[in-house]
Amino acid sequence: MNNVGRPTRPEAANDAANGHETLTGARGLLQDEALIFELDGWNKTGVDLPPVTAAPSSDLNGLLRDAPIGLPGLSEPETVRHYVRLSQKNHAIDLALYPLGSCTMKHNPRLNEKMARLPGFSDIHPLQPQSTVQGALELMDRLAHWLKTLTGMPAVALTPKAGAHGELCGLLAIRAAHEAAGNGHRKTVLAPTSAHGTNPATAAFVGYTVVEIAQTEDGRVDLADLESKLGDHVAAIMVTNPNTCGLFERDVVEIARLTHAAGAYFYCDGANFNAIVGRVRPGDLGVDAMHINLHKTFSTPHGGGGPGAGPVVLSEALAPFAPTPWLTHGDNGFELAEHAGDDDAKTAFGRMSAFHGQMGMYVRAYAYMLSHGADGLRQVAEDAVLNANYIKAQLKDVMSPAFPEGPCMHEALFDDSWLEGTGVTTLDFAKAMIDEGFHPMTMYFPLVVHGAMLIEPTETESKHELDRFIAALRALAGAAKAGDTERFKGAPFHAPLRRLDETQAARKPRLRWKPVAAAPLAAE
Amino acid sequence: MRYLPLTPEDRVEMLGAIGVKSIDDLFVDVPVSARRDAPVDLPHHAGELDVEREMAGLARRNRAAGEGPFFCGAGAYRHHVPATVDHIIQRSEFLTSYTPYQPEIAQGTLQVLFEFQTQVAALTGMEVANASLYDGSTGAAEAVMMAQRVTRRNKAVMSGGVHPHYVGAIETLAHAAGVATQALPAAVDAEDAVIAAIDQDTACVVVQTPNVFGTVTDVSKIAEAAHAAGALLIVVTTEAVSFGLLKSPGEMGADIAVAEGQSIGNGLNFGGPYVGLFACKEKFVRQMPGRLCGETVDADGKRGFVLTLSTREQHIRRDKATSNICTNSGLCALAFSIHMSLLGETGLRQLAAVNHQKALALRDALKAVPGVEILTPRFFNEFAIRVPGKAAEVVEILAAHGVIAGVPFSRLDAKAGLDDVLLVAATETTLDIDIPVFAKALTKVFAQ
Repeated sequence: MNNVGRPTRPEAANDAANGHETLTGARGLLQDEALIFELDGWNKTGVDLPPVTAAPSSDLNGLLRDAPIGLPGLSEPETVRHYVRLSQKNHAIDLALYPLGSCTMKHNPRLNEKMARLPGFSDIHPLQPQSTVQGALELMDRLAHWLKTLTGMPAVALTPKAGAHGELCGLLAIRAAHEAAGNGHRKTVLAPTSAHGTNPATAAFVGYTVVEIAQTEDGRVDLADLESKLGDHVAAIMVTNPNTCGLFERDVVEIARLTHAAGAYFYCDGANFNAIVGRVRPGDLGVDAMHINLHKTFSTPHGGGGPGAGPVVLSEALAPFAPTPWLTHGDNGFELAEHAGDDDAKTAFGRMSAFHGQMGMYVRAYAYMLSHGADGLRQVAEDAVLNANYIKAQLKDVMSPAFPEGPCMHEALFDDSWLEGTGVTTLDFAKAMIDEGFHPMTMYFPLVVHGAMLIEPTETESKHELDRFIAALRALAGAAKAGDTERFKGAPFHAPLRRLDETQAARKPRLRWKPVAAAPLAAE
Repeated sequence: MRYLPLTPEDRVEMLGAIGVKSIDDLFVDVPVSARRDAPVDLPHHAGELDVEREMAGLARRNRAAGEGPFFCGAGAYRHHVPATVDHIIQRSEFLTSYTPYQPEIAQGTLQVLFEFQTQVAALTGMEVANASLYDGSTGAAEAVMMAQRVTRRNKAVMSGGVHPHYVGAIETLAHAAGVATQALPAAVDAEDAVIAAIDQDTACVVVQTPNVFGTVTDVSKIAEAAHAAGALLIVVTTEAVSFGLLKSPGEMGADIAVAEGQSIGNGLNFGGPYVGLFACKEKFVRQMPGRLCGETVDADGKRGFVLTLSTREQHIRRDKATSNICTNSGLCALAFSIHMSLLGETGLRQLAAVNHQKALALRDALKAVPGVEILTPRFFNEFAIRVPGKAAEVVEILAAHGVIAGVPFSRLDAKAGLDDVLLVAATETTLDIDIPVFAKALTKVFAQ
């Protein structure tokens, strides 16, 4: 999920809070670490390999790489030190609350990591004989069973590699279903203005035109507007539920009914499934397809940007069009139907990637499911919603909730009206949070709320940590209103770096290290 | 439950602070018809020990590659990953952080990505690389989409050496986006055949080296032909270690180089997660898919790194974005980068040479098996052989005898009429003793 708008640049260099500059650039435990290309490792290696006793085959004459490649190497101690130093410049969920709305930064259990490293899962090849990987196929089958049961849906395509890949999978299945029914002329997708950017991007990618659905004042889909835009040209609607304002779509059953009556399919963006898992089954709401981010609801680690996994649950109508490979139960145990068009996968729309999806993530997610069980997963949703409402309740008198009436789900959304007249923007406020030890919330998203601040604490925060966070935000809000703008405008002061110049990065892209030192970048 | 910090007392106190009586009051917006009063019909929670036992039971029912002779490749390769790699990627700060949207507190991830991009650009011989895609196959599909944007043409030609599952992934995306595809028939050594298929509508030509049969090709001539027709050349590589021995895509005129990076730093993992390497000429950078990390300065003038050119991306451009990609393969890219930093050019070249040497030894042993024909004329660490009868059956028989013999081509493409073709690979993890064991087992099967 995005949380920043267009590129920004610092307004002023101000070192008022910096105090003494060190002589080396280091600051206590924080080392000033050079790039690996600047560490003089041009003739080193950190691996010991068997000797090479023969020249390459003469068949390869003229095909060999003679020119230098330009890759430095480091010994093992140097390598460890390089990456440990870098690691200490990152915020992490293991360090403190990481309230990025819509991103679901929850604790990543270490048992999952241990299980994914069992050689029986980590050291098996996607194309070794299926008779030799029955345990892996059974794990995929069980994961599918849990996902289907939790969502109340009859089928699931496991292979999509992330949420956006899952959206693509869902829309391709919808497209294939329409084409099979002679409805290939349906080329419009309806999506609310508050949708994740991936929704319109995916729809456009498969050749659909996106039309926006209006939102009501209480942050939900405007039914009248939806009804007026539905018609014979509409292939699908894409609606997030709970939506990106952190609210449950009260009229979701009616939304599904209207959509189906118009001959269109209901794609649900399941990024926020963590708010309702175990309490609500999307199948009971009339959903036809929904991706599930295993790296959100089911705790697989975000890893600084990936890998994720985005299985898609499908309705009876869409299931035949799911991509290959899929699992079947044959005479000799589990089998994979791998080729679209074959007898066991006649109507599959095709293949989404080379192999069977994100097995490493399946193992982690399944270990998480077993740990929580049906009862624990229900508690996950309840605690996530409780934590978000607690934050909303404890901040509503100093910040302005975008939708003050009624409860929110797993995330609390604020607008920036409470900052009016302070000279402090949402971005400034977020950067000041960094100085207080917290990762900022999602900012300027959803687009329907001015200066949006979307706070998702998740269920893995203790009351103590929530209270610490609330106290920090209340103190910051007080400072902003008291005119202490300097604290915000120059922030962060205490992070490894001060505010970065994104505008300059975009204007003169420097995307790799180069051996000849270019002229140093100067702040414009 | 061990992952949930709230106590029953906390919950009561918090509900009070919110001003509601029960948790159900927070779910009032859910339609009555969809409310569930009880947990769904699935097992209840389990302790760590129980979960471990159940998972280990499933894991035991798989034959791990390390258990004995193993010769599978075809897009996923078993290499040794140094212990340092797995240790570092499990550091909390890398494992449990998000996409680096707040650069002031994500310089660790960002500097790694900048180093990764530089390493990938160097390996592929290209000018710029992105911060990774899901895997090689989805990267190849994204490359075709990118060629469509650059050339404003709507046709892609793929050689008969491109991995059939890559062809499948490309076709899925291309057909969705209205790009016509022409996949030439599977052929061991005919990358050049794409030249005849290039015309004025061709956006790009997709070739692979080493190709799915292991054949290594100098694609310079194909580059010339593509460029003469105004088309782009996309070069796919599924075995990244080969960059340490063979001429790079950039040196041969590629416009876009796509590779599966799994071989470096990442285990087999039954097919995923892997890491897509994606590099191109600098002039196309604004049409690239995926995250890009760039250098800049902070308010004090210190060097730092940020995600950049995000005006290409879905969260800014929405339906006008170059791709719908949001999540990438960050942690796999980190593993790749750490392993690459350990290897360096010296180690990579040696690793590649060892791989090649093992494959030559495997070829010599299999050549001596009566009935086996070596099909691949020039190879790195993988080649195709013809066997008497169906390769899939041979593989099953050998598996029953503890030898994982390779990948039957029919597993990739059942309709190519190549049921007697077996793809075999050797790497530095192949034991010398495994090679005669494999040859002897094959001899025995064919003698029966």
